Amino acid sequence: MFHLIERYVPSASTYSGDIDFVFSLVFWIVGAWFLATEAVFFWLILRFRKRDGVKAQYITGELESEKQWVHWPHMAVLVFDIILLFFAIKVWYYVKQDLPPAQETVRVVAQQWAWSFVHPGPDALLDTADDIKTVEELHVKVGTLYHFKLESRDVVHSFSVPVFRLKQDVIPGRVITGWFEATQTGRFDIQCAEICGIGHALMPARIVIETPDQHAAWMASQSPISLAALGLPRAAQE
Amino acid sequence: MSARPIATTRSSAGLATGKLAVWWVIVSEIVIFGGLLASYIMYRLAHDAFAEQAAHTNMWIGAFNTLVLLSSSLTAVLAHQAAEAGDGRKAARLIWATIGGAFTFLIVKAFEWTMEIQHGFTITSSTFWSFYYTAAGLHALHVLAGAIIMMFVASAAAKNLELHRVELIGVYWHFVDVVWIFLFPLLYIAK
Amino acid sequence: MAHPAETPPGHPAAHPHEEPGWIRKYLFATDHKIIAMQYMFTGMALALLAGFFAYVFRMQMAFPGIEVPLFGLVTPNRYNVLITNHGAIMVFWVAMPVLLAAFGNFLIPLMIGCDDMVFPRINRLSYQIFFLSAVVLLASFFVDGGAFAGAWTFYPPLSAKAEYSLTPWGSSLFVLAIALEFVAFLLGGINFITTSMNSRAPGMKLYDLPIVVWMIVVASILFMASVGPLIAGAVMLFFDQQIGTAFFDPDRGGDPILWQHLFWFFGHPEVYVVLLPALGIVAEIITVFSRKKLFAYKTVLYTVFGTGVLSFTVWAHHQFVAGIDPRMANIFTITTLLISVPIAEMCFVYIATLYGGSITLTTPMLWALAFLAEFLIGGVTGIFLGASGADIYLHDTYFVLAHFHYTFVPIAIIGTFAGVTFWFPKMFGRMMNETVGKVHFWITIVAFNVIFIPLFITGIAGDHRRIYDYSHYPDLAGLQDLRVLATVALVVMLLAQVLFLWNFCYSLFRGKPAEKNPWRANTLEWTAESPPPHGNWPAEALPTVYRGPYEYSHPDRKEDYWPQNAPA
Repeated sequence: MFHLIERYVPSASTYSGDIDFVFSLVFWIVGAWFLATEAVFFWLILRFRKRDGVKAQYITGELESEKQWVHWPHMAVLVFDIILLFFAIKVWYYVKQDLPPAQETVRVVAQQWAWSFVHPGPDALLDTADDIKTVEELHVKVGTLYHFKLESRDVVHSFSVPVFRLKQDVIPGRVITGWFEATQTGRFDIQCAEICGIGHALMPARIVIETPDQHAAWMASQSPISLAALGLPRAAQE
Repeated sequence: MSARPIATTRSSAGLATGKLAVWWVIVSEIVIFGGLLASYIMYRLAHDAFAEQAAHTNMWIGAFNTLVLLSSSLTAVLAHQAAEAGDGRKAARLIWATIGGAFTFLIVKAFEWTMEIQHGFTITSSTFWSFYYTAAGLHALHVLAGAIIMMFVASAAAKNLELHRVELIGVYWHFVDVVWIFLFPLLYIAK
Repeated sequence: MAHPAETPPGHPAAHPHEEPGWIRKYLFATDHKIIAMQYMFTGMALALLAGFFAYVFRMQMAFPGIEVPLFGLVTPNRYNVLITNHGAIMVFWVAMPVLLAAFGNFLIPLMIGCDDMVFPRINRLSYQIFFLSAVVLLASFFVDGGAFAGAWTFYPPLSAKAEYSLTPWGSSLFVLAIALEFVAFLLGGINFITTSMNSRAPGMKLYDLPIVVWMIVVASILFMASVGPLIAGAVMLFFDQQIGTAFFDPDRGGDPILWQHLFWFFGHPEVYVVLLPALGIVAEIITVFSRKKLFAYKTVLYTVFGTGVLSFTVWAHHQFVAGIDPRMANIFTITTLLISVPIAEMCFVYIATLYGGSITLTTPMLWALAFLAEFLIGGVTGIFLGASGADIYLHDTYFVLAHFHYTFVPIAIIGTFAGVTFWFPKMFGRMMNETVGKVHFWITIVAFNVIFIPLFITGIAGDHRRIYDYSHYPDLAGLQDLRVLATVALVVMLLAQVLFLWNFCYSLFRGKPAEKNPWRANTLEWTAESPPPHGNWPAEALPTVYRGPYEYSHPDRKEDYWPQNAPA
């Protein structure tokens, strides 16, 4: 009932279920209103078709008794709007305003026309010598809370990860920070969600969500330095 | 088909149609300048560098031009009074005085900009200067347009024709003045 | 158009007036009815062009890589050009001229019982500038580098720098075309407001105005009050493009998000600018064909004023994930969901008008009713997007696209067909063919829904906008059948328009001659000849008004209608 999007797209982050909930709640509430309104509408058309000898009624709509028919539905719409607002703002706050502390950070760089990513490498710190830079593939660990730092080299792009239900525009000239925590492993699409020129459709990327072991193995495969680093204790997080 | 429609002879809302039309134009212009100046103010608040650049505008020239425009608004008001009294020739003379003010403003601005460009402050020097030239330039275009329209109004007024237009162009001219009253502190005084 | 030879109004009686030559009469017209036709035909021609663009780009999406019949290969650049200009043309060169300028110009003087607009030469100038804007836009297709291809919203830095957009001239011509179009409509607005406020027939109080006149006046005011910042922004963008200023260049202290605010501050009221005339047209039609007074006229009016004011407070719902301060999003989600309240009220009032009626389903009535049924879908799907938490996912997907086509198509296409089929007898003095009209209606409506309902689903399933080929996204592979279905339905819908074009052209020359008031309606335009001559009525016979526009089925009357100009 409240996982309508999940029928089409896997739900792979700690907040994808919440966003699906808002969507689904809107669906049921406006769906009910929509069906009721259309039903009344079609019924009126059928009921008041022109009939020989039957004149239409002269109704101004200015009498209180007449206005009630519009007034109460209109109040009800307001009430439902407020309910929807409550949940929408709650989820918005959780995903976009709140920034839980990071366990790891990745840098996501958008440009005409490719995504590149900077992973912190075995020392779990960004901007150190063992950072792993990739193009088109973002590797993350399931169950770890990541901050992502979005940058653009040229125009406005947008970082979209449907399975997380995540989207954030990338603006040149600034670094935008957000967060996610994956809840299942797998390989999924990353898309650019803001037209960025001729190659806008040609910058797909993939997010690869791995178990910690798989992730370590991937890091090892990326550079000889990390082989040795694997044996070292994890550095304390700043 | 040069006859005026009967529509122009009616006054269902009791308003003068010409005035309503001029006010419509003025309100649309206010929104245009408003958008530009709001953008300028947002930038100004966000960038301290603006204040440094703004120090290079010449407040005395700006003040002189402000005086010129205010005086020309005065002659426009006097022209309206003369038109109300039915004295078309006097109204025309006063409009020519207003036109004189307009051209004085533009000539002073030409010298001012030449000086600034020679000192290296061009429209692309920095965002402050981009706004400066764009806002003041847009305003100057409106001064020029107003001056040209005033010439037509003046030549008709001298023959005692279309005297109601004296008030209308006066309203437009006051608007041009008011825009400058906003530009002057934003571009010249706030440093 | 028939022009009986007579002394034109506005002239003293014995003053012979030469009929102007063809060029002065049609190309340099000042008559509001001819200017209306100029706007209407230009808008309809451009609608065919933009519709053709839709055919081409949907064929590419359904069958990636094919040579599209009548076009050729759709490269990524050509695709972006097509979608950009489809959107821009439909909003600025179809919806605006047809709904606001054509119907506004045609109806206002006639409905208020006067002979023309107050400033006919400014009216002519507004069309000339509009025409020029269309020429400039079309020119952008032929310059070096081609037409602009960065979406109708033309966000910088993409739109500001040729090295990013790859369209040095196209980008500037696009900005110029839009700026000219804005000037044209600002000028047109002068006439709408002054004429409807000041040139009403004797006895016509403000509450006696047909609601469509109010709607067009309020729409003009909304346009005028919202377009200014975008005009300023367009000047700034043009300078960025051509002179090298850095208003929107982040590398040199500029801010790309400022553009977005300037654009959407206008962009949101703009949708109400086109919605209101369509709502007005629908009101006129449903009152006539249900023989009923409009329910709660004053409520409708105040709701429209309220919606207009509120429309200035919602714009950043287009920018929830754009990089604005997240706290700001909360304000805009509240205003956006709240604006659904007056819109819902309008829908309820229109539906209430049907209660107790005597409804005949003529072609215009079918279109007017379809407007309500379809716009309701557009309205409710807007709630999903206005809820900020859900918009995080839905932004830039086909869900957005399906939502706005469920508002825009009712407005621009259904609304236009409603108005044209209703006022055709008055405009051209002939009746359209009802059977062809109904067949055209049913095919168009069914096809329209088959295009866009699948697109809600593909949007939920992850299809993003402005993508020329989804085969690069493995997760989206399963959606191709839905994309093909939508495309096939579009082809059907476009082909069905041949029926309308045939009906329109045939009826123009061979339709049954129309009487003055074939629909037995109350409003003043139906008291003039079909079509009205220059001056609309003889100068000595301009109507006087005794009552409101919706006195249908009055209990004291034998007839079920009571024209506004019939003495008590």
